[in-house]
Amino acid sequence: MSIRVEGITKHFGQFAALSDVTLDFDKGKLVALLGPSGCGKTTLLRIIAGLETADHGRVLFDEEDATERHVRERQVGFVFQHYALFRHMSVFENVAFGLRVKPRKERPGEAEIRRRVMKLLDLVQLAWVADRSPLQLSGGQRQRIALARALAVEPQVLLLDEPFGALDAKVRKELRSWLRQLHDELHVTSIFVTHDQEEALELADEVVLMNRGRIEQIGSPTEVYTAPASAFVYGFLGSSNQLFGEVKDGYLDTLGARVALPTRETVPQRAAAFVRPHDLHIERGEGHGVPATVRRILTLGALARIELSAVQDSRAFEVELPLRDLSALALTQGETVRLVPTAMRLFPIEEAASP
Amino acid sequence: MAGAYANRKVLPGFKLTLGFTVAYLSLIVLVPLTAVFLKTSVLTADQFWAQITAPRAMASYRLTFGASLLAAAINAVFGLMLAWALVRYSFPGRKIVDALIDLPFALPTAVAGISLTAIYAKNGWLGQFLEPLGIKIAFTPVGVLVALIFIGLPFVVRTVQPILEDLDTEYEEAAASLGASRWETLRRVVIPALFPALLTGFALAFARAVGEYGSVIFIAGNMPLISEITPLIIITKLEQYDYAGATAIASVMLVVSFVLLLVINLLQAWVARSGGKES
Amino acid sequence: MAGTVSRMNKGESSFQARSATRDPFWMRATILTLGLGFFAIFLLLPLVVVFAEAFRKGFETYWAALVDPDAQSAIRLTLIAAAIAVPMNLVFGVSAAWAIAKYNFPGKAFLTTLIDLPFSVSPVIAGLIYVLVFGAQGWFGSWLSDHDIKVIFAVPGIVLATVFVTFPFVARELIPLMEAQGSDEEEAAIVLGASGWQTFWRVTLPNIKWGLLYGVILCNARAMGEFGAVSVVSGHIRGQTNTMPLHVEILYNEYQFAAAFAVASLLALLALVTIAVKSLVEGLASRTSTREGGR
Repeated sequence: MSIRVEGITKHFGQFAALSDVTLDFDKGKLVALLGPSGCGKTTLLRIIAGLETADHGRVLFDEEDATERHVRERQVGFVFQHYALFRHMSVFENVAFGLRVKPRKERPGEAEIRRRVMKLLDLVQLAWVADRSPLQLSGGQRQRIALARALAVEPQVLLLDEPFGALDAKVRKELRSWLRQLHDELHVTSIFVTHDQEEALELADEVVLMNRGRIEQIGSPTEVYTAPASAFVYGFLGSSNQLFGEVKDGYLDTLGARVALPTRETVPQRAAAFVRPHDLHIERGEGHGVPATVRRILTLGALARIELSAVQDSRAFEVELPLRDLSALALTQGETVRLVPTAMRLFPIEEAASP
Repeated sequence: MAGAYANRKVLPGFKLTLGFTVAYLSLIVLVPLTAVFLKTSVLTADQFWAQITAPRAMASYRLTFGASLLAAAINAVFGLMLAWALVRYSFPGRKIVDALIDLPFALPTAVAGISLTAIYAKNGWLGQFLEPLGIKIAFTPVGVLVALIFIGLPFVVRTVQPILEDLDTEYEEAAASLGASRWETLRRVVIPALFPALLTGFALAFARAVGEYGSVIFIAGNMPLISEITPLIIITKLEQYDYAGATAIASVMLVVSFVLLLVINLLQAWVARSGGKES
Repeated sequence: MAGTVSRMNKGESSFQARSATRDPFWMRATILTLGLGFFAIFLLLPLVVVFAEAFRKGFETYWAALVDPDAQSAIRLTLIAAAIAVPMNLVFGVSAAWAIAKYNFPGKAFLTTLIDLPFSVSPVIAGLIYVLVFGAQGWFGSWLSDHDIKVIFAVPGIVLATVFVTFPFVARELIPLMEAQGSDEEEAAIVLGASGWQTFWRVTLPNIKWGLLYGVILCNARAMGEFGAVSVVSGHIRGQTNTMPLHVEILYNEYQFAAAFAVASLLALLALVTIAVKSLVEGLASRTSTREGGR
């Protein structure tokens, strides 16, 4: 099923959670709603589910207006952030719930319920805990049961609110690839909310970046990472160094130094330059670039991270380079070097100042 | 993000439950309560004033509020000790003591009244030992105090106890590690943290004591001007069919109740803010 | 050797961990002596005295007091009043808790405060208000007497007074419980297609059942034991409008102490059962309502 939200606006008192959001979710895709907390992503998900009502705007399922449709009739599967498993029911009964509460005419027989629940528990590889209480399960197991329960009603859409938020790092990674496989198997249109960029980039077909109730960018993981549409997106996806200054003749005047612009894009006069840590080169001797002092040298596996501070105003910079290059450079702590960007993105300064 | 008005649509039953709740409260509480204030309007202001400031009434206020304050204060001290013992120490029978703290909530007041009288009367369980020492409790204002202590104790213990349980010993360890003595730690760290709850428990015990009737009348002796509590004056006036007089006194007590209710609400909000977990 | 050493280390470290927050001996001794002494004199002794006095004149006197027709009729009336008031307040409590815990609306704080009202209003006043409305000189007094309906000095008045005094108990127990549990499970049930009633019966009720049980038990204890409010509206007509606590009063005032304590012992037993159920329920509730991890 395809989903379209049109001009959705939602206020909580004075707080604008969503302002005029319009978005299309294609059939069968796995889409991530990504953004910092308070950006409105969960509210949007709950509005699509029908758990929240928008102040303005419409929700369309397969081109059909579903705005007024009750959550019960929307046929969505919803996985809650804290799973919301019924604590007094066994795992089996949790998954069977959606079938048992169907109107008598549509309700499957006991044998059929049993068959379908066990099939779903097999799908999430947890048939062996069917008779346990959800309270006896680990976080990752609860997550999978919550998913099985949502799938039991054969939803047209699967909505997941921070599906891995409450899990530890290792389980999170395992479940992530497992969920991707499951999606490839079932091909249900799925939308998940996350604040973890790595999760969104790794898992989703499409990433919707949100900030302050608005959409910043929509695109494939590669697109949003390599071609961020705004300063916010650049800053949110991965770490970055920022340089503020005036643009003149292909140079950026900043921190009392000149930095050659690697690209010849049309840029505003006053600009913020965003540079990824691995796009910042450390050089010695005369030349352009920002003078900075080496503060700390850290090695992390095959990579090295250098923390520096600008000579002029102690602004912090971060450089990443392969360990091999570090030994070639032979840096010492306290040494003054030049930082030269090899790639950067420029944004108007007003926009960059308020990410 | 508790979507206030939006969730109304998702979880059904808002109109039904709120409507029923409001209707029930109106019928059982609000409408009859307005009767009190309407009834007092039968009296002129002078008559009303004469009723509520009559010597017997004034003496009963002094006894009711005085004994209630004293009982609540005594309960605050001993209730804190009991809560502390129950949370921090282990001793044989701790669980039983913990359970029995609720006894005054569950024991009918009349039962408590006759039992306390049997203890403190002249030939009673304790009275027989106290009487020769010249200590009279039953049928004196002290008897009123004893009954009010009995009914108020659980309020203090049960408000302080959960806060004390939540109070992580980390704070005390932190204070100790910074060089504070045990006494300083208690005075500067523990007592301030418990204070809002303690005050709430005190207020709850006081509010309950002011209105108490059943446990008091048996042990008080009910001598006018000496050991007669305000609720008893209302009853006496009712029995003499002096409805206006009874209502006048009742309206004084009701105003006090409303003020106490307001104070308790503010205190509880304070407890929730200061004693609650930082989450 | 190694075993001994490690055990010593363990003992030492646990002593050190506790020693920072360990009260000095004199303080423990003082608190325990004063606190428990206070408990023994003010709570335990009155309870013991009820039973001791009840059986002071032997079991036969005790039994005679209970099977006395007036006592029997008082017991019956108490049971009737509780049987009407408790279910009413049960429905009210669940309904109020649902409205207050699951939704936000203007006036919610006021409503919550109003529910606490009987805790701070004297029971005597609770009785008085119904006399003013339904009594002979009350608002509906003449209409009621014209239609030969008795409220005051009759069973309806007793039930009304009991309802007033006991309506907060179920609601008070459920509101914090339901607020703490949140609405996640209910929302999950609705998303899965459950109706409002299905959600309530299958999801909400099983989650609140222990709190509900305790609220009902407490409500019942107060309903059966209420004295002040009922005393005002009852008229103390023997064999007709006497409840158990009123019967205790009458016997006591007639110097039939053993009989008074015999009836009182039944009420004390009720109190003990109430407390026992509370302890039991708290144990069960803390075992089953353990929050799902990661909140």
